[in-house]
Amino acid sequence: MKFERYGVGVAKGMVVTFKHLFRPPITVQYPEEKLIVSRRIRGNELVWYPDKCTGCATCAKSCPQGNIEIATHVGDKNNYVVDKFEVDTGRCMFCGLCVEACPFDALAMGRSYERAQYRRRDVILSKEQLLISDIRQPSGYARPKIEATLPKQSLLIYWDREEGGQKLSWLGLSKKRGRGV
Amino acid sequence: MTLLEQFHLWLANMWPGWEWLAYVIAAIVGVVIILGFLLIMVLVFIWFERRLLGRFQIRLGPNRLGPEGIFQPIATAVKILLKEDIVPAKGDKVLHWLAPVIVFVPVLLIFAVVPFGQRAILTDLNVGIVYVVAISSISAVGVYTAGWASNNKYALISALRTVAQMVSYELPVVLSIIGVVLMVGSLSMTEIVESQNIPFILLQPLGFVIFFLGTLAEMNRSPFDLLEADSEIVAGYHIEYSGMKFAMFFLGEYGHALAYSCIVATLYLGGWQGPLLPPIIWFLIKVIAVFSVIVWMRATLPRLRVDQLMGFAWKGLLPMAVINLFIIAAEVLWLSEITPWLMVAVNFVFAGVLVLLWSKLFTLGGGRVEV
Repeated sequence: MKFERYGVGVAKGMVVTFKHLFRPPITVQYPEEKLIVSRRIRGNELVWYPDKCTGCATCAKSCPQGNIEIATHVGDKNNYVVDKFEVDTGRCMFCGLCVEACPFDALAMGRSYERAQYRRRDVILSKEQLLISDIRQPSGYARPKIEATLPKQSLLIYWDREEGGQKLSWLGLSKKRGRGV
Repeated sequence: MTLLEQFHLWLANMWPGWEWLAYVIAAIVGVVIILGFLLIMVLVFIWFERRLLGRFQIRLGPNRLGPEGIFQPIATAVKILLKEDIVPAKGDKVLHWLAPVIVFVPVLLIFAVVPFGQRAILTDLNVGIVYVVAISSISAVGVYTAGWASNNKYALISALRTVAQMVSYELPVVLSIIGVVLMVGSLSMTEIVESQNIPFILLQPLGFVIFFLGTLAEMNRSPFDLLEADSEIVAGYHIEYSGMKFAMFFLGEYGHALAYSCIVATLYLGGWQGPLLPPIIWFLIKVIAVFSVIVWMRATLPRLRVDQLMGFAWKGLLPMAVINLFIIAAEVLWLSEITPWLMVAVNFVFAGVLVLLWSKLFTLGGGRVEV
């Protein structure tokens, strides 16, 4: 006797939704909880290493928008000294071509993604602002050495208890979960 | 004697010569308690449904405002109340104003006969369950009025659907109630509760299923929420409503769910009866359990088509309700001496066989539902 035709589908559906009660929710409560982004994210901004930069301006030439403005003068040892290195991130489309083009790995994409500004002039970054700092970390885009050091991307859908996930609790879940993610 | 009558007598004895004032005060106290219970429980239900629905859909639900988001319905209520009240230019203004009242007041009236405890009932009418059936049908008039007064095609379609749905599902609901009444031998809600040494969900499983599905359709909850099907007729009868009037509809809708949860708990789950805990707690536990099942069904089942809805009522629930009524009547007539647990077993067998037989009616081809 086949029970497929006797309304068993309804019961099966009810069981499926009931099982969902015991799965951890996929909601990310954004300002408190943050996912670890992809290791090769082309984040909001660039990170510039002044000691590696030779001032060759390959990045400026490769930029489709012409966002990178670089000015140099010739130094003592017949090298270029960078006077001005400005990126207009307001017009940047984060294609990453400047990072790929840089022959000396002096430029990297950033990992941050919440760098909105209140003023238009604030999105034009000077060379002091482009330096590496706590809030401005390089991403592994086109930089395999950096990529190897970064933590793996985390999505709550693939939540694993071994990788720092916590046990599900019924309603207090929102408070216990996600600290330091 | 109910607690309220006792309060009234106490007041009347305290102020001789002012019996009318004692009556008025006792009545106002009763109404305020019922209204407060309704409003608070509706707010709790809205929060509870959103949280539980969220968990069914592996979301969190609202959890920002207050502990676990408990104040979210209050914020929603304030938002709705502060909205502009818009009346359609070519609508019927009087009826447009009247419709929310007609929808909401019957819901409030149902609570007059809901037994919260042994004597905690507003009035212990001797025709309590008939009163509930009579009063709860009035809401359909209000919904139809709203659809008509809005002068909107979607609202009218929704109103027509409501009337058809209400008329169709009233029959199996009443027939399954008669099964309960036969077994109790009384229409009074208090006596219905007191006679349930074994909850009627065990004694009449088929009647419970029919009653539950029928009330689900009457309170227009998913999967029978055709009248406010968002994807088909936008919002149904309250498409032209906003502000306070919409809040009345909203309150009426959840009040309906609360009222029917109370009725289901009273008729089939043994009402306030239960060990250890005080009666009111048992009653609330049962009400919330019924509401959780309703939310569970909403989270699972897709909406029925109109013809499926009608077919389910007339071809499915109604014949089953009639057969259920005959079985119960025969058992009450001839088998009243046998042990109730044997009756439980017999009725479960009957319920299983009938559900199997009737589910055959609705499934003709593999996956293709014909009604």
